[in-house]
Amino acid sequence: MTPKVDPAGRTRRWTIPKKYVNSLFAVLLGLIAGAFFMLAIGRNPFVGYFYLFKGGVMNLKYIGQTLATSTPLILTGLSVAFAFRTGLFNIGAAGQMLMGGLTAIGLALTFEHMLPRGILLAVIVLGSIVAGGLWALIAGVLKARFNVNEVVATIMLNWIAFWTVKYGVYAFFRDPQQETQSKAIDAVASLKAPWLTSLFPGSYINLGLFLSLIALVIIALVLDKTTLGYELKAVGFNRSAAEYAGIKVNRGVILSMTIAGMLAGLAGATYWTGYSSNMQIDTSSLPSQGLDGIAVALLGTNSPVGVLFAAVFFGMLQSGKGFMTAVTGIPPEIADTIIATVIYFAAAAVLIERVLDAWRKRRASKALAATKKGGEE
Amino acid sequence: MQGVWDLIRLIFPYAIVFTIPLLITSLGGLFSERSGVVNIGLDGFMVFGSFVSAYTIKLLMPVLPNGDLAVWIGLLAATVAGAVFSLLHSFACVTLNANQVISGTAINMIAYAVTVYIARTITGSGNITIVHGIARTDIPVLSQIPVLGDLFFKSTYATTWVVLLILVVFAFILYRTAFGLRLRACGEHPHAADAAGINVYRTRYIAVAISGAFSALGGAAILVTYSGEFNGNVAGLGFLALAALIFGKWKPLGILGATFFFGFAATIANVSQVIPFFTNLVDKSPFWAPLTLKAFPYVVTLIALVFFSKTTQAPRASGLPYDKGQR
Repeated sequence: MTPKVDPAGRTRRWTIPKKYVNSLFAVLLGLIAGAFFMLAIGRNPFVGYFYLFKGGVMNLKYIGQTLATSTPLILTGLSVAFAFRTGLFNIGAAGQMLMGGLTAIGLALTFEHMLPRGILLAVIVLGSIVAGGLWALIAGVLKARFNVNEVVATIMLNWIAFWTVKYGVYAFFRDPQQETQSKAIDAVASLKAPWLTSLFPGSYINLGLFLSLIALVIIALVLDKTTLGYELKAVGFNRSAAEYAGIKVNRGVILSMTIAGMLAGLAGATYWTGYSSNMQIDTSSLPSQGLDGIAVALLGTNSPVGVLFAAVFFGMLQSGKGFMTAVTGIPPEIADTIIATVIYFAAAAVLIERVLDAWRKRRASKALAATKKGGEE
Repeated sequence: MQGVWDLIRLIFPYAIVFTIPLLITSLGGLFSERSGVVNIGLDGFMVFGSFVSAYTIKLLMPVLPNGDLAVWIGLLAATVAGAVFSLLHSFACVTLNANQVISGTAINMIAYAVTVYIARTITGSGNITIVHGIARTDIPVLSQIPVLGDLFFKSTYATTWVVLLILVVFAFILYRTAFGLRLRACGEHPHAADAAGINVYRTRYIAVAISGAFSALGGAAILVTYSGEFNGNVAGLGFLALAALIFGKWKPLGILGATFFFGFAATIANVSQVIPFFTNLVDKSPFWAPLTLKAFPYVVTLIALVFFSKTTQAPRASGLPYDKGQR
């Protein structure tokens, strides 16, 4: 499969865009690091990976589980990616997701016996989207009006959301039997649909999957086919140039942040009123989907299609780890370790680029030398 | 009046214990950011330090004759390990010019995942409990001083004094030594610093190592004082330290005030369930009362950022990779 290089260095039989090459290498290095960690505790990495991936896809239940785990990741990944395209780093997907989830649970518990299912689900979903959007709007306004770094602002908002959920659930929605969680929502308010669950029996798959795919398509269209998307991307490429071209940069920043928050808020609804049916508050950390969303966005090179693949890949690791642990005894945190290493290598993409460049140059010069020696044309 | 005084006397030692890990972590963040490297991986370094100290102490406790010695070796091991772990961050940020926020995020994720992974291999549960922490002691003469003695010198941990000493020494280093001046120059105007013959890369490596070491020490301090157990996170205290760093305007005295301020609020929130004065308040408003106390540090930090925005307080070059070629 060696691509031919002619003396001018032009012809290549196939090329993968550089950014995807970096992602693939980041995944490869992440998997190698994972193998190293398996070896370090005396386990066979091939066996480990076999069961890790088998646990993600071996039957309908596990495929459903992989898709269910991927659902919020698609949305948080999309959230981070969308903000990235406008040059904003949304590290606050976790907080926006929490606010969306709290709103969804609150609406579900309040209206579950009052509204018909269709309207109820619409209220829950829209409520979570609005809540997530408003939460991110704060960071957007702070950035646009006061030039407050959105990274810092969203980190602060994450923890404000964390405590809001903790005390909000405790004060208003707690389960009288178990004070560390909210009451469970009724099946009528859940995004789980009987027909879907019967397709993937035993999994937590829910209508959120379709919502996330719809969101994915909408975001792809907005980015590539609308003036708004063009303007937002222009702001991301070069803020000053965009401003000079008459694009309202501040409006773009606020809008982009809000849309990112809406996506993450929806992730909260799909997770707590779809995958799960209540909110746990005995945790002392933020939902992992926030950080994983950053990994998904980076690995997916901030494009909707890339996000989809990256989210399903990480979803597979996350849902397969239980089976792998049960069979091989390798701790389930190997999945998080791999994801963490992938994001590190994605950050250090320069390293990969440098190595690849050096390799390409050496190969090109070799090929050149070979043709000179052979032909003297 | 007597009631309030008793209350303050009761809460104060807890507030200090809670503040100290925040303070040392924040100080670490200060060194990194003043040299021009944003470090949002503080939380991860804390978790890492908590893990290393827990594991070291667990290993040494049965071997060493003296439990205290094991604890101190544990603290030292965490500090050194934190500095080593930070090389991952500085390699990406300084050598490879990577996005510092992404690298910091990766540091957090790696720390959360890898420490529990190893802990689970060792203990089977992902938690490491230590049987012996640091004992509280009264400082001999000073604890007899009226008022102040009660507040500051009764039932204190030795780590408190170590951290305060580090604060004084490193504040001195930052403002009164050539190294400190160079470090600050790298964070304000690295190209000028480079032109003046300062090795920007090396300075930043050292600064990030200091931040890794200090935050790991912070995580370890939590373990040996009030938590006693490694469980894979530090309840987001690394981000609270980051907030304190910003609220304290990237200055040592500022972060001392900010961390204590935040620590006091968090302590009141933590003890509000057991102290009658607060239980009334919490019963009346189970949502707003505790939320106000807990979310307060983050809210005031956001407000402070709005006010700072006119006169930028952050080190000018923090967050920007240094590229020699752009000089």
